[in-house]
Parts: sequence; C-alpha cells; structure tokens
Amino acid sequence: MIDMLVVDLSRWQFAATAMYHFIFVPLTLGLSFMMAIMESVYVMTGREIWRKATLFWGTLFGVNFAMGVATGIVMEFQFGMNWSYYSHYVGDVFGAPLAIEGLMAFFLEATFVGLFFFGWDRMSKLGHLVVTWLVAFGANFSALWILIANGWMQNPVGAKFNPDTMRMEITDFAAVLFNTVAQAKFVHTVSAGYVSGAMFVLAISALFLVKGKHVELAKRSAVVAASFGLASALSVVVLGDESGYVATEHQKMKIAAIEASFHTEAAPAPWTVLAIPGADGEPIWSFSIPWMGGIITTRSLNEELEGIHELVDRAEDRIRTGVIAYEALQQIRADGTDTAARAVFDEHWADLGYGLLLKRYRADIENATDAEIAMAAADTVPDVWPLFWTFRIMMGLGFFFIAFFGLWFYRASRGWIDTNKPLLWLTVLLLPTPWIAIESGWFIAEFGRQPWVVEGVLPTFYAASSLNVLDLVLSLSFFVLLYTVLLVIMVILMVRIIKAGPKEKLFTPDDEDDFVITTLPATPATKELVS
Amino acid sequence: MSTIPLDYEALRLIWWLLLGVLLIGFAIMGGRDLGVGALLPFVARTDEERRVLLNLIGPTWEGNQVWLVLGGGAIFAAFPPLYAASFSGFYLAMIVILLALILRPVGFKFRGKISDPRWRATWDWALFIGGFVPALIMGVAVGNVLLGAPFHLDDTMRIFYTGNFFQLLMPFALLAGLVSLGMIVTQGAAVIAGRTEGVIAERARTYGSLAGLVTIVLFALGGLWVAMLNGHVVTSVIDPNGAINPLAKTVELVPGGWLRNYGTYPWMLAAPVIGFAGLALAVLSLRSGLKLLALLASSAGIFGIISTAGLSIFPFFLPSSTMPEAGLTLWDASSSHLTLFIMLLVTAFFLPIILVYTAFVFRVMRGTVTTESLGKNPNAY
Repeated sequence: MIDMLVVDLSRWQFAATAMYHFIFVPLTLGLSFMMAIMESVYVMTGREIWRKATLFWGTLFGVNFAMGVATGIVMEFQFGMNWSYYSHYVGDVFGAPLAIEGLMAFFLEATFVGLFFFGWDRMSKLGHLVVTWLVAFGANFSALWILIANGWMQNPVGAKFNPDTMRMEITDFAAVLFNTVAQAKFVHTVSAGYVSGAMFVLAISALFLVKGKHVELAKRSAVVAASFGLASALSVVVLGDESGYVATEHQKMKIAAIEASFHTEAAPAPWTVLAIPGADGEPIWSFSIPWMGGIITTRSLNEELEGIHELVDRAEDRIRTGVIAYEALQQIRADGTDTAARAVFDEHWADLGYGLLLKRYRADIENATDAEIAMAAADTVPDVWPLFWTFRIMMGLGFFFIAFFGLWFYRASRGWIDTNKPLLWLTVLLLPTPWIAIESGWFIAEFGRQPWVVEGVLPTFYAASSLNVLDLVLSLSFFVLLYTVLLVIMVILMVRIIKAGPKEKLFTPDDEDDFVITTLPATPATKELVS
Repeated sequence: MSTIPLDYEALRLIWWLLLGVLLIGFAIMGGRDLGVGALLPFVARTDEERRVLLNLIGPTWEGNQVWLVLGGGAIFAAFPPLYAASFSGFYLAMIVILLALILRPVGFKFRGKISDPRWRATWDWALFIGGFVPALIMGVAVGNVLLGAPFHLDDTMRIFYTGNFFQLLMPFALLAGLVSLGMIVTQGAAVIAGRTEGVIAERARTYGSLAGLVTIVLFALGGLWVAMLNGHVVTSVIDPNGAINPLAKTVELVPGGWLRNYGTYPWMLAAPVIGFAGLALAVLSLRSGLKLLALLASSAGIFGIISTAGLSIFPFFLPSSTMPEAGLTLWDASSSHLTLFIMLLVTAFFLPIILVYTAFVFRVMRGTVTTESLGKNPNAY
C-alpha cells in the first residue's frame, strides 16, 4: 500500500525546495535584463555612471545568483530522488525539456556569468555587453524550458501511454514545445520575474533618494526600473493570465476551485470578489461582479463555467472507464499478444490515470466499490479556499503593480523622481510584494493541480519514491535548515552591499580618485592590476 | 517508428557513449574546481593565498558544474529508469552530495564580502567540504554500482530499494571513493600548479604528485579486487531494438565477471592503460614543472579510470544485488526510440557550440593568478 506520510513529506520537500529556489530565480530573470539595458546605455553613451550602475546592481545580482545556483542544483536531481515512479512514468517526455534546458540555456548562462564578473577589463566594451546579454538570454531560455516541462504536467499533450514499457512516451514533440499552457505560463512567469527585478531596483533606488545618497545613480536606475516595471506588470496580467487554463478538464476544476464555483453558472458567469465559506466548504455569502468571471476565464460571454459538482460527476465516469483501461493493461502485461485487450486499451487509455486514483484505496482497483469510486472522484477537487484566497492576493497585487509602476512612470517622465518622500518610503516598503504574488502564483499552479502530478495521467500519491519516513525527515530538515541559514546570510550581505553603496573607485589603485580604465581593452599593466 | 533514420540499437549505444562523455566531462571540468576545493586549506594557508586559488577557478567553475547538471538531465531524458533507480536508491548519499554542492556557489560569493578571518575560515572549510565530499561520495557510489545495488522492480516498473546509507560504505566502495578523490585532487593540483607561482604552485606539485601516486596504487588494487567480485552476466538473449523490460532477461553472477569484457574485446584494455599512464605522466610532469602536460595527463587519467568502470560493467548501468534480473542495462532502461533521436539532434547541435564558447571564456580568463594580480575588481572573490 502507499505510505501517505512519505507522499506528504515528499510533497513538503518539493514545495520547500522549489519555493526557496523561486525566491532567487525571478530576480535573476529581471535583474539580468535590467543590467543589460543599463550596460547598453553605457556602451552607447560612454557615460561612466551607467557602468557604475551596472556594476552595483551586478554585485547584488551575483549574491542572488549564487543562491539560485545553490538551490537549483537540488531541483535537477530530486525528481529521481523523491519521485522515482514519476521519473520512470513520464521521463520519456519530461526529461527532454530538462536536458535541453541544460544544453541550450543553463550552460550559456553559467559559462558567461563568470565573464560578466571577471571580464570587465579583459574584453572590449561591446564584447562585455554581449556577455551581459547572453547571461540574460541564458536565464530566460532556462525559464522557457522549465515551463515547457511544467506546462506538460498541467496539460500533457503529445504523448501516449505504452503498455509494453508501462510509461508515457512522446508521440509529437512539437506539441510538447508549443503547448498553449506552457507558452502562456512562460510569458506570465518571466514577466513576473521582471516585475520583481524592477521593484528591487526601484525600492533600493528610492532608499538612496530618500537618504540623499548616490542620487545620480539612483535617479537613472529608477527611470529604467519604472519603465521596465510598467511594461512587465502589463505583460503579467494581459499576456499570461488564466487564458491557458481552460484547455483541459482539470484546468476547469482548478478554475472552479479558484472561483469557489460549486455549481455550473449560466454564461456569462459572475466573478466572485469576496466570499465567506460555510461549514460544508461552500460559500454562504459572496460579493460578485456580473459577467466578469466569464470574461476572465473563457474570454467569451456565451461559454459557461462549469462547477465543481458537475466536474466531479464527470470524473466519476472517467474513473469507471479508467478501470476498464487498467484491466486491459493487466491482460496485456500478462500476454503481450492479446490483441483484443490492446484494442480495449487503445480506446480507453486516456482515462487510465483516473483509474489509478483508486490505488489510494485498494491495490486491486478492478474490484473497487461504488463508494470507493465516489471517494476517488471527490479527490479530484483541490482544496478550494487556499486557492480562492491566494488567487485574489496574486491578482490584486498584479493590478496594483500596473497602477504603481504607472504612477512611477508618469512621475519619472515629468522629472519628479525624488520629490515625494512618502512615495519613496512606500516604494521601499513594497519591496517584498512581487515575491508574495509570485509564490502565490506557484502555489495556485501546483496546489491547484492536485491530486495530479501530471494532470489526468498520474496521481501525485502514486508517483513518489518508495523511501522511508526517516530518509525524508532527515533530508527535509537539512534542506530547510541550510536554506534558511543561507537566506538570512544573503539578506545580511545584500544590506551591507546596499549600505556600502556603489563603489566610487572601481578598478583603480587606491591613490586615484576617478576611473582610469576607460579605454579598453586593458593594457598589460592594468590587466595585471585588476585580474 | 520507421521514419527515424537511426535504429534503436544504434541510438541506445550512442547515448551510452554520450552519457560517458558528459560524466567524464564533469569529472575533468568540474573536477578542476572540486579538486581545488579539496586542496584549498592545505595548498593555500593565508587569506591571500586562498584568494589566489578562488580567483583562479572563480570565473569558470559555474560553467564547469553544468556538466553535472547536464549529466543528470541527460540520464533523465535518455535513461529514465536509471535516473529513477539510482537517485532514489542512493537517496541519502545524494542528499550528502547535494548539501556539499550547495555550499560551493555561496562559499565563493559570500566569503570575500566580509573580511573577518573567522568568517573567511568558515567559508574556506565549507568550500573544502564542497569539493572533498562530492569527489569521495561519487566514487563510493560507483563502487556500489560494481557491487550491485540492493533494489528490485515490480511488474509496474516501480523501484524498491532495500539498503541503507551505511551499507554503502563497504570496503570496496570506500576504495573506489578514494580512487575518485585521488584523481580529482590530482586534477585540482595540476590546475593550481599550471596557473600560480611560488609557494602555492610548489605545494600543489607536492600534493598533486602524492595524490597521483596514491591513486595509481589504489586503482591497481581496485582492479585486483574486482577480479574477485561477482560480475553480472546476461544469460538470455536481449533484443537491442526491443521495448524496455528489465525483468524479461536472466542474469547470472560470475566471479571475476566484470573482467570478461576485456577478454571479449581486448581493445577495451586501452582504458585502464590510459588511466595508469595518464596518472603516471601527470605525476612526472608535476614533479618536473611541465604545466600544460600535467593537466592534460591528469585529464587523460580521469578519462581512463571512468572509462574502465563503464566498460567493465557494460552493458549494465546499475546491477541489482537482490534481484539480478532487475539490473538495468542500456538496452532495457532507455527512453523511447523517438526521444533518443530528438535528444541526439539537440545534443549534436548544442554540444559543439558549448565547447566553443567554453574555450572562448577560458581563453579570455587565461594567465597566471598571483597575490599581486587580485587588484580592485569588486567582483573578485
């Protein structure tokens, strides 16, 4: 039987390591592009202040990047470590984008990030600028492939179950690449990363301005951040919202849970702003805006939004078909030449995953009772209220960012950058908000997918490794402890770097007052000095 | 899949080779930095000396580590059952490796940000652990592969591992761990000796030639020991073009069986010969101060040693000690025909590009690193 404690601990470990990793990733995505923009201005105008800005933000980027690498290495290996049945079951499809991520993106990013830091005096201005852009593109390509992998877990297209190998296998690689869910998630996720980068630069610049320090650098950085932030905030909301969600059955369930919509609403459905859950989990009071729900989720006025109860009924039908597929699979495994069983399996294989939901209740699922089938069908509903509220936090912040960066952009275009102290202080305090929105977003995406690890294909509880509780208690505590210690150290170091401010005398001997190495490439003497 | 221009058998063999390329690539490239990490507290005694070593490998170590990440990704994509069985089976060993590897990026980045000697000494030891522990444990894991891992499969291909962490620390596996550590330390020493001067280079030559000699002795000892181990031999006919099903084969345990391939294919003896010759040449070059030759020879030694392990267990990846027929081979643990082909196309396109830009970065960052050259770069470690 499945040990649900092992499954739960494995889920906690994945959630903890992924959410820690995603503290650092968004900043890498956003800050790398902003550094590339600032350095481009430096190369085009030749003004030292922009190089100083690139170096200052680059120092903070470096500390963050180190944490991203430290927490990222775990991600590559823990599918096999903690989710070995998952790795076998879908590795033929899911492994490919992960490997391509390494080949195409992470290699590029990690190889050139060293040159970004150490190559300033060893390359021409233009050469170094190219390196900075390559780091930014590497980071963003990396996100593309990871989200193609994750998008497939949400919407598993282009693959079919092979009864001879007991796993999902690729049938159409292009379908995996151009998965609509993956594309929408990619734009949404990287844009959110850009918002976090913009907020980071804006908040620290605001702090400098409020204290009257490093004013020239802070003003310029704020202008870049305000424009980059406004474009990104618009992109997060407009280009990458729920539009991809309705592609599949369970995505409908996720939407229904996010909206706490227990019964199918006539089109166009209203959008629930706030609600109070009753004892049975269904809302007893709610405040809704007519039509908005239909517009947001289906982009139409005549498509109806299905409710949780109706979706559960359909899941029950699919579980019954899944049991038929499972029985046929057993016959094929016993006798590979059984063509009748293969015909049955081919007709019903798409519901095999629904049949596997019964494995939580009994091993011989072909003998499942009606009560067990009803329980398995009820399992297809994710926990409604955590999703309902985190979605509203994320969405509220998303719209707020548009307004906030819009205000900053307007003021910057008028030249009113350091004139409003309350706004500057507010900007400093808002620093953590993009991370709240981003972590909420991942929570909605992954928790909302439950009980599936691959939607409709593989239940989460069925995918875990056969580890014991002690293994997991040890690994989970070590990771959380080490990550937390390192996170605290990182924050302390960043505060120190910010307090110290941009270096006035970069790459220069102590007795020089100003930048000396403005003509590049460096002479042998300066090279020796600074390498 | 008749439209795929390469047959399944050929693709499986190519991916077996590519996996070897990636793992050897990591040992040679990542081994530079692991080796320097393992030598850090001994070769460099003062803060300035340690900064020389950190800035020597600092600009390139992140790229080198991607060989490991890519190796993991390639095992996942090309041999999913192997990825599933090895990483979940060696769970706590993997956790130890990961915890050690986590210390590296932060160690490099955080160390130099505060000048308090206690702070720096703490990160020096963290970087030592980050180099020493993975080099040792990865070798221990390979040793356990030769011993066979205690796992079995059920009919749904679910993996059950019945060993524990301490059972991994068998004498033979520890020997394999020391061979791995020794060759990585030799590599690190060759890197240091090649691009530093004075007392640091002097110590690196001493430690490196000692590590090289010890590795030669231990590698020879390992060879004798392997002759006494039970090797796994497939006794049924495997269809190299068939659908994966590890349980369809029969396997026999034969004393000295891991050396049978060398009788069948004598050319395979080139691998251990290159291992010994590379290490010996590395020791000689270190002693006579031939910088480039020492690094090349040490890399050749790594190539020879890892190839020896891979060829000895061919066609196995991961033999099972408790259910021998469940042992995973390249024929029954691969991805589908189509996935192997797509991944080959992608790899054939990107791997040459990676090699070119890696070479470019190393070229830009070439040259000797000394205490005087650390300079004022705010990004220096």
